[in-house]
Amino acid sequence: MIVIVDYGMGNLGSILNMLKKVGAPAAKISSETKDIEQADKLILPGVGAFDTGMKRLRETRLIGLLNEKVLKARTPILGICLGMQLLTKISEEGELPGLGWIDAETVRFRFDPKQSRLKIPHMGWNTINIQREGTLFKDMYAEPRFYFVHSFHVVAHNPEDVLATTEYGYDFVSAIQHGHIMAAQFHPEKSHKFGMKLYKNFVENA
Amino acid sequence: MLMPRVMPCLLLKNGALVKTVKFRDPGYIGDPINAIRIYNEKEVDELIFLDISATIEKREPPYKVLSEIASECFMPVTYGGGVRDVETIRRILSLGIEKVAINSHAVDNPDFVHAAADKFGSSTIVVSIDVRRKLFDRYEVFIHSGRKGTGLDPVELAVKMERMGAGEILLNSIDRDGTQEGYDLELIKTVTSAVGVPVIACGGAGKIDDFRAAVKESGASACAAGSMVVYFGRNRAVLITFPEREKLEAVLS
Repeated sequence: MIVIVDYGMGNLGSILNMLKKVGAPAAKISSETKDIEQADKLILPGVGAFDTGMKRLRETRLIGLLNEKVLKARTPILGICLGMQLLTKISEEGELPGLGWIDAETVRFRFDPKQSRLKIPHMGWNTINIQREGTLFKDMYAEPRFYFVHSFHVVAHNPEDVLATTEYGYDFVSAIQHGHIMAAQFHPEKSHKFGMKLYKNFVENA
Repeated sequence: MLMPRVMPCLLLKNGALVKTVKFRDPGYIGDPINAIRIYNEKEVDELIFLDISATIEKREPPYKVLSEIASECFMPVTYGGGVRDVETIRRILSLGIEKVAINSHAVDNPDFVHAAADKFGSSTIVVSIDVRRKLFDRYEVFIHSGRKGTGLDPVELAVKMERMGAGEILLNSIDRDGTQEGYDLELIKTVTSAVGVPVIACGGAGKIDDFRAAVKESGASACAAGSMVVYFGRNRAVLITFPEREKLEAVLS
């Protein structure tokens, strides 16, 4: 069973719709301990602020269980958007430490939107440059593009963790994978056939 | 690279798709789900759904239709119409809709926009502004589906809404709605030069070059189209359609 972790942040319904669309055998939105314990794959979604996300994870008492599942049981996990940023150690957006499962940090876009023609948040469809196929980009369609909405992005400390980069002012990390831990800054659940392929890869190959 | 977004702006009335001309005479287009399936195939960037009678009939948003819409859309969706409080927004988002558009209730109660942006994040909150051109090149904001004048200037309202936390402005020209005569470029330019948030041009799109003009000449971040993506030809035969990506890229990139 795939569990979409519900900690009160973000659009979970559209991820569930996408999992159904790609034929995931069983998928569920849940914050229940017993569901997460039984999950053979996890999705950590999220829209919103870093500290709010970490606070909500704490309040729902899921951090210990998620550490156990991901670090000890090595359950594959896919972080989406804020869910990707929460996998890093720290964020310029907040004070609280992240989950720290990936050796990376989350930073603000390094340009001043007032000085630049580029707006923040980075919102809309952008192309990605796949650096490494990993699990998520196996047999991906040509010229992949995805829907983004974010003001912060991840900086990976280990270049080998980077799956894809995207250009917005400069190249930033738009997808990452460290073993069974993977994440995307964009919203594959809102990215047509490209997103379907990514979820299908996670469902079938992670 | 990041491409300016182009999105169908679809009107709902009693659960069906309709299209207006200058905010009047809603003509029947068809079933929203069939339209979405076609837009999925065409891989459109985003969709906007506006229920044009929810506020004036004091109805709630059509949650059942929205739930069906959300489960069929594999692109981001904005919904507007009868969005009057935080609880309504929470319920809309829980169905799998990404963004909500606030129009009449943003004018009546600007603090509501602030509360909504605070709770759900600015990138979830679109303020839609309907504008009519008045004498001597002045503009006025109208609410209640264009029926009620406010005396407000669209630029002042847009600036205020940005300050309240709106993440985007959907700027709709009532005079151009359904005419396919091109966007009101002057209106768009006055608003885009006053705010930092993305402005979606709406009202008047009739050909691909109109998108280019809105983006390149008037500074719009995105373009919405109505008649152009639901009608075909001079006699306005219903045809759900969308320009080819290559053609859009050629003028927008």
